[in-house]
Formats: sequence, C-alpha cells, structure tokens
Amino acid sequence: MKKSWLRLIGLSTIVTMLTGCDPLLVLDPKGPQAQVQAKDIMLSIGIMSFIVLIVFVLLAYMLVKFRASKQSPDYKPPHIKGSTKVEIICVGIPVLIVAYLSFISVESNYKVESTPEKYKQEEPLIIYASTSNWKWHFSYPEEDIETVNYLYIPAERPIEFKLYSYGPITSFWIPQLGGQKYAMADMVNTLHLAADLPGEYMGRNANFNGKGFAENTFNVTAVTQDEFDDWVKEVKATAEPLTEEKFNTLLEPGHVGQSTYTGTHLTFLPAPEGENGGHQHGTSHIKDHASQQKDH
Amino acid sequence: MKIDQSLPLEYSTQQNQLNILGFWVFIGAEIMLFGTLFAGYFVLVDRTGNGPTGAEIFEITPVLFETFILLTSSFTIGLGIHAMRKGYTKAMIWFYVLTLVLGVVFISFEVYEFMHYIHVGASLQTSAFTAALLTTLGTHGAHVTFGVFWGMFIVYQLIQRGLTPETANKSFIFSLYWHFLDVVWIFIFSFIYLKGMV
Amino acid sequence: MEYFERFAIPHPSQAIYASMVAIGLTVIAIIVGLTYFKKWGYLWREWLTTVDHKRIGIMYLISALLMLFRGGADAIMMRAQMAVPDNTLLDAQHYNEIFTTHGTVMIIFMAMPFIMAFMNYIVPLQIGARDVAFPRLNALSFWLFFMGAMLLNISFVIGGSPDAGWTNYFPLANNEFSQSVGTNYYLFALQISGLGTLITGINMIVTILKMRAPGMTLMKMPMFTWSSLVANVIIVFAFPVLTVALTMGTFDRLFATNFFTTSDGGMDMLWANFFWVWGHPEVYILILPAFGIYSEIISTFSGRNLYGYKSMVGSMVIISFLSFLVWTHHFFTMGQGALTNSIFSITTMAIAVPTGVKIFNWLFTLWKGKIVFTTPMLYSMLFIPTFTIGGVTGVMLGMSAADYQYHNTMFLVAHFHMVIIPGVVFAMLAGLHYYWPKMFGFMLNEKIGKWTAWIIAISTLLAFMPMFVSGLDGQARRMYTYSASTGFGLWNMISFIGAIGLTIGFILLVYNVIYSIRYSPRNVGSDPWDARTLEWATPSPVPYYNFAKVPHVISTEALWDAKYHQHELFPEPYEKIHMPNNSGVPFLLGCIFFAWGFSFVFGMWIPTILTTIGIFICMAHRSLEKDPGHYVPVEKVKTTESKLRGSQL
Repeated sequence: MKKSWLRLIGLSTIVTMLTGCDPLLVLDPKGPQAQVQAKDIMLSIGIMSFIVLIVFVLLAYMLVKFRASKQSPDYKPPHIKGSTKVEIICVGIPVLIVAYLSFISVESNYKVESTPEKYKQEEPLIIYASTSNWKWHFSYPEEDIETVNYLYIPAERPIEFKLYSYGPITSFWIPQLGGQKYAMADMVNTLHLAADLPGEYMGRNANFNGKGFAENTFNVTAVTQDEFDDWVKEVKATAEPLTEEKFNTLLEPGHVGQSTYTGTHLTFLPAPEGENGGHQHGTSHIKDHASQQKDH
Repeated sequence: MKIDQSLPLEYSTQQNQLNILGFWVFIGAEIMLFGTLFAGYFVLVDRTGNGPTGAEIFEITPVLFETFILLTSSFTIGLGIHAMRKGYTKAMIWFYVLTLVLGVVFISFEVYEFMHYIHVGASLQTSAFTAALLTTLGTHGAHVTFGVFWGMFIVYQLIQRGLTPETANKSFIFSLYWHFLDVVWIFIFSFIYLKGMV
Repeated sequence: MEYFERFAIPHPSQAIYASMVAIGLTVIAIIVGLTYFKKWGYLWREWLTTVDHKRIGIMYLISALLMLFRGGADAIMMRAQMAVPDNTLLDAQHYNEIFTTHGTVMIIFMAMPFIMAFMNYIVPLQIGARDVAFPRLNALSFWLFFMGAMLLNISFVIGGSPDAGWTNYFPLANNEFSQSVGTNYYLFALQISGLGTLITGINMIVTILKMRAPGMTLMKMPMFTWSSLVANVIIVFAFPVLTVALTMGTFDRLFATNFFTTSDGGMDMLWANFFWVWGHPEVYILILPAFGIYSEIISTFSGRNLYGYKSMVGSMVIISFLSFLVWTHHFFTMGQGALTNSIFSITTMAIAVPTGVKIFNWLFTLWKGKIVFTTPMLYSMLFIPTFTIGGVTGVMLGMSAADYQYHNTMFLVAHFHMVIIPGVVFAMLAGLHYYWPKMFGFMLNEKIGKWTAWIIAISTLLAFMPMFVSGLDGQARRMYTYSASTGFGLWNMISFIGAIGLTIGFILLVYNVIYSIRYSPRNVGSDPWDARTLEWATPSPVPYYNFAKVPHVISTEALWDAKYHQHELFPEPYEKIHMPNNSGVPFLLGCIFFAWGFSFVFGMWIPTILTTIGIFICMAHRSLEKDPGHYVPVEKVKTTESKLRGSQL
C-alpha cells in the first residue's frame, strides 16, 4: 500500500512537472470536495498506468519474440483454442480492479453529494446560482443581496449552491473547489462546496450554451467569515435594489460584466423548486420573459 | 425459386423465410419505438402545465369501441390466415376485407377522439402531457392507417394473382403487423386510458 | 422577402463563399466529365441502380472517405482557431457550427458508413452467401444514408449549419436559442440516414442468421461476422430510440410542441436521456465491427487461429447488453443523486472487463505466432497501446465523483478521440489496406502505407494527449477561444501540430491510393495475405455472384482448412445461380427523401406533402411489382470462373 502511494506521489510530480510550475487546477484542490476528487483521480491514474504498463510490456514481448523474421521459415504456429486458466486471470484481475474502483467511486460520490465532513458543525451558506445567456446570477437569500458574474464566499464554511437556469442547460464549475453540476430550467440542483483557504478562484459555465459560452465565467473570492460579513454590510449600504424590471433587462442575452444589488430576484421570480417545481407550473417565467423581449 | 411443398405456403421459399424473419426483427425495432414513446409518455404524464390532465379529457365510450373493434379485427385476420392455410382464397379475401373495414372504423373513432381532445383544449401544443399523449396515440393510429392501405394492396394482389407463395407470404406478414398493432393497443388501453382515468 | 431570407447563410464568411464556389465547380466538373466520357449510362447501370452488396459496400466506402475529409476539414479549422490564445480566425458562431458538424459528420456520416462498407462487402463473402437477404432494401439503406449525409452537408451553404453541438441538447437546440434552420437539418439528416441504418440492421441480422454456408454453425462464424451480428442487433434496438427523440425534437421546433421546452411541462432532461440511450450503444455499434476487423487481421498476420474465440464472442454479447445500461454516465452531473450515479458508475466500469478480455485475447493471439508486419497489422499493433490509453481513461471517467471534474472538459474530448480514432478509424484504415486487394484486385503500396500508419498514430497522440492535461487544468470543451493567462496555449499548440500531422497522414493515404492505382501490380491472386476465412476463397475482384459453388464449412477458418488440412471447400457441382435484379427505385426513393427532408427543414408544406405522396407511391410500386430476379446459367458461371481463375493461376 505504501509503495503505491509513493508511486502516486511520483506520478503527480511528473504531471506537475509537465505543466511547468503551476499545478493543474483540478489537481490543486483548495476545498474538501475537490480534494476527494483529486485523490480519486490520482489513484485511478496510478492503477490505470499499471494496467497500461502491463499491456505495453506484453505487447512488446509478443512483438519482439514472435516476429516472423526471428523464426525459421518452416515454423508453423500451433492451433491454440484458449485456456480456462488464462481466461479466469484475464477476467478475474480486471474484476477485482473494477470492484475496488467501484467501491471508491461510490464512497466518493456520497461524499461529494453531501456537506463536507470537515465543516459539518458549521451552518451552511445557501446561494442560489442561476444562469441566463451568458451570465451568472448569485442570490444570497439570507443576506438578501444579489451579485452578477462574481461570487463572494466565506472560507471554512460549507456552501450549498442551488443551481438553475433561465434557458439552456449550463454547468456550474469551480475546478479548485470541486466538480461541476448542471443548472437547468426545470429543477434546482444542489452542489455542496467549501473553500479551505481564502483566495481567488476561477469559476465558469462548463456546458455549451451558445455564442457567448467561452466568456461565460465568474470570479470567486473566498474570504474569512468576518470579511464576508463586512462585505455584506457594505453591499447593503451602497448597492442599488434589484427590481423586477432591472432583472428582466439583465436576463436579456449578452454579456453584462459584474454588478451588485440589494434584494434578490427570488422574491418575484422564485427558483423552480418545491411548489414552483418545473413540472407543475404552467407558462414559465422564461416564456413571459421571451414575450416581453419580443415586445421591446 | 425452389418451392418446398412440405412447408406452409408462406414459408415455402427461401426468400419467404427470410421475409418472415426480417419482419420479426422489424417488429423488435417497433417494440423499441413504442417502448420509447411509452417511456416518454410516463415521464411527461403529470407535466400538464396549464392544460388538462388525462382524467379530465379521457372518454371511456369511444375508447371501449376502439378496443372492441381492434380486438375483433385481430380475430378476423386470424380467421383469414386460417382460411389461407386451408386454401380457401375467397374466404380469406373476405376476412381480410372485413379486417380492413374494421381498421377504417377504428381510425374514424380515433379521428373523432382527437377532435374531441382539441375541442376540450388539449391540442398538440397545449402541454408536454398532451404532446406525448397525441404523439403516442398518433403513432399507433398512423400505423393502422398505413396498415389499411398496405392491406388494400394485398387484397388487390390476392384477387389478381390468387394464392401464390408470394401473396401468401405478404398476407402472413401483414397479419403479423396487424396483431402487433393490436398488442400495442392493449398497452395503450391499459397504461394510458385505464391508468389515466383511475 | 423574409421568406427567402431563411435560405441565406446566417453567418457568411470568406471560407463559406469559397466552399460554395468549390461545390458549384465540382458539380459542374462531374457533370461535364460524365457527359464527355459518356459515362452516364455506366453510372446508372452499374452503380446507381445496383443491388450488389459489393458495389454498395464500395459506395459506402467512397462516401465515408469523402466525409472523413469533410469532418477533417472542420477539425483542422477548430484546432487552428484554438492553436493560440485569443485567436480571431473564427468567430464564436462559426466555431459552434464547425464543432457541431464535425461531431455529426464523423460519427454518423464517416464512422457509420465505414463500418457499413465492410459489413456490406465482407459479411456475405465471409458466410458464403451470394448477396444479403434483401438486396433491394440494402440499396435503399445506402441511398437513405447518402441523402441524409448530403442534406447535412448542404446546410452550410443553404440556410446555415446546426450549431447546438452534435449532442443537440435542448433547450439550446430549440427555436429560441438556435434560430437558423441548422438544427432542422440535423434532425432530418439523422432521421433519414437513421432509417437507412435501421434497415441495414434488419437486413444484416437476417442475412447472418439465415444465409450461412452449409456447416457454418453460429459458433463457426468468423469473428467479423459475429461482431457484425452483435452490432446489428444493437442497431435494431438503439435506433428506434433516436427516431422517437428526433421526432419529438422536430415537433418542438416545427410544430411548437412542448416535449423538451422550458415551459408548459416540457422536460429538457428527457432529450439528454433519449439521446444517450441511443448514443452510448451507438459507440459500440461502431467499435464492435472494428474489433471484428482487428480480430481477422491479427489472426491472419500472426499465422494463428484467434485465441479464445468463445470468450471473444461472449465478451461482445456482454458488451452489447451493458451498452444499454450505462447511458447516464454521459451526465453524472445532472443531479440524479448519488445512488443513481453509483449504479451507473459500476455498470460503466464493468464494460472495461469484457473489453479487457478482448485486448488480452489479441495479445495471446500473437503468442507463439509468426508475426508479419504488413500495413494492416501495423495499424492493429498501433491500435492496442493507443486504445488502451483511451480505454483506461474511460474507466477514470466512469468514476462518477471524479467525473464531476472531467465532465465537459478537454479531458473527455481527449478520451473519446483516443478511443474512437484508434478503435474505429485505425480499424477502418487497417481494413481498407487488408481488403483492398479483394475489392479492387491490387494491393495498396506497403511502404507508403506503413509511413502513413506511423504518421497517423504519432499525430493522434500529439493531437489528443495534451488535451488530457489542459482538461485537468480547467479547459472546458467547445470554447471558441481562451485568454493567454489560462496557460492552455502550449497544449493547444501541440494539438494543432498533431492535427496537421493527421492531415498529412490522410493526404498520404489518398496519395497511396492514386500511386497504387498507377503502379501496383495486378494479378495478386485471390489470397494475397495467406488468410484464413472464406472471403479469400473467391477470386479478386469478386465476381458478382460471389461463389460459383456453395462452399461447405467445418470450422471458423474455412479457407485455412482447405489450404492446409485437405478440406474440400466446394464439393458441389456447378448449378445455375439465382441473382436479384437491379432497380432504380431505391435511388429514386433516396432522392425523394432528400427533397422531403429539405422541404421539412424550411417548413415548405406543399413540397412536403408532394414528396410524402412520392414516398408512398414508391412503396406501392414495390408492393405491386413482380421481382423474380434472374438466373445465371451454368455455362456463363463456368466461363467467368475460368477467366478469373485462369488468369491468376
């Protein structure tokens, strides 16, 4: 077991060296969820490299040993049907590997789908993250503020992102804090993340949603809880309120840069969850919105 | 074409056997087609938006008529095949004609049913539920309609050419198709209408 | 005026205008050429109306190669745009259209016809049949595929290309967000060619189950035939799902229904589910016949029988079954919860086991063999290591928690290219070199062939290995550009160099064909590779009736038995041979389907109705027609055979 970890560390150094100095974002986790995923990735790279190595060695051996040029011209290859023993090994070992990886995969999946163990005792911060072409709206219902295209979060506290979309399917992704999840028009997805350290992180929509997709990014700033509280206060003191009219102009397709508001759109346009769940509501906000757009 | 007298007429040549097996494989594909439509229907059945639910629009009378007619037509085409096996070409043609007439009556009922749905505000565009419902029913109805025309061509050939390995083969395959549509209808009746009305 | 505006390209560029001119000139050149050389009659009699499975196979092959270059041109444009940060070679919309058509063309109109080409050409020969079960339907299959391909390919000069990705996720693909008619083209091109594929599926299953030579039991079928059988069973069960999904998508776009909309109860997730219930089995439809070709080639050039025949068959059957149980892994991040993800994670990784069995069986086929490095063998030996890399990254992607990080990134793009290119494209190129002498009666140049193989293999690694890295560094797929600060530049530049290498490789392939047509010696004999299976028992090129006498088979390697174990392959006397008649109706029906699709794309209802009626008239004609076929008399068979065999021996 120890040896395999050594090999893993060796591998990760190789991967790191390959990229010059900066480690790859996904393999440079800054939160517990991303850590789980990075660990799984490195483990699977290790095991898979081992399998690749076996195949390469076997192939090289066969090709070197059994080339026609190395054999007498009258050599007649034998007729070999196959052997149960070999088959059992060829099935058995992969089954064991797959079983082991399945175990890890299932365990990790439950981990990333719940509040990080490390911060269980903390009260999670709930942020509604919704997309419209091609921007992100972040609503902080408890703080009663809303931002566009940037995100402030307290470090060392679990965050529950409630994801949904005004339009095409998008995917909320902050590689260094954890893997992505879809934001869709029809239901609200929950993504559990947390940042271990204050810092700046890259966030983006990872799922193709049309012309403005490449620039569909947002900045994430993780700060201490105190700094976060100060920021909230400052926003409440200085930002203008988010009116329904203002929000509808924000929803129009395009790029709008960053902005900050007091109040959230959740009060007049609730997220498609619970009673507002997509499958029961009739003509949705989007259609209203689309028809409004046509009127303009 | 070698004709093997020991086999029933519809199986008597190599090509006939290929045709029948090919049609069974085609029915396999059709099962997947309707299976997918049913899967889509079950996913969307409660997603009625502003439109009506199934319980609000389904009417038992035309559906019972449709079921009765289609089941009867399945029986009559079975009698047609029985007559074919016995070599009673005339009886066979009459049973086929009867089957097709029942098919036309079925389609008429279905057209009435669709008009009723549109009348009560459940058109193709109303909601995901109505779209799935009308598409599933419509696909079955289109199959029956196609079958009626196909059957007419077969009856014409039976009259013109009599019972040959080719016409027997075509008639037999058509009967498979017709029975299959009947089976699909039983599923529609049970899982769309009955389940929707409860 | 507004009516005609729909036919204009929504995002014109120099490249598109140049392509329009090029297409126009090519069409004129073809028409003039055919007229000048008086080849219209030849084209009509020998190709457009043919029902011969070999001719149809060759037409599939030509189409596949054409589409390979179409999709390849898309690829090189994408890689060029991505080669440096903040590039402005293409704008966002143009880039979106290009990656959409690249994916669609490569999967549906390149890889599919390539395997169809080999299935059509080889399967009947391998089982000792004289044609497929339904030759007329076979021609129809081809023309439906071909017209579907043409429909997609005219999109970029009339009305605009599809731009919602080859996965075409709704609601992005709906009218609101994809406004040109491009997505309509996608829906109808796939619908029409999908119908053709389904018909092929039925045709091939019946052919393989009912038309095998005497003595060839199921467990004595050559491996390529087995793989084709399994792939066609998957086709029959997977393609109807696509049919329904496409129909619903079409209704949403043309008739304003609410299947996949965001209002009135529509469900965008349903499309993704339907698409991948078809889409994942589709991958195995492509790769299993490719595996079959590798099995034939590796066994032939090791001079040995295929190791573990039974487990090869068993693993394919298991793969085909599992392929329907893994579709959710294409969207682990959709929020279906840890339990669902766990189940699909396990089924996904489980596929690695039968696939691994196949790899090991190939390796053990080499064992104690006498390995000859011909071009097809070289491709196969380059396939094993590169495919293994692609395959194991698939297992990594199958781990659902980690997939949250891989999903939608270049890592995924690298994975599926590293699977499909070595798995399918190398196999098709290997098969092309391997079966070329059977199809055309001369060999492709071995020296150029080997150079090509090495260049293509190394370029594949160069083009796609860097994507694993940039994916892990956070590069999402389908971005038309990125800033220099991301640090993706280096990796994308290496990919671009790899793409250039691939271009050179494929140009060399064409050069090889031209070179070999001119200089390659004819009279290579019926069995130039010292092969083992029945297709090599026919003369090359194959006479249209395939086998003069019905072969009798006692093992999986009928020809080997005949050559080295005194098995009498053709014990029967000459008999007259029944063959199907040619027909122009499949071609005509294909043309009508093209017009039908085109009318639908633009919502032109009167032509739609007329073409629909046309389709039914063709079907009615087929119902009433008497088509007894014809007999080739014994004398004619004898003279043909002595001419073909005599010139060789």
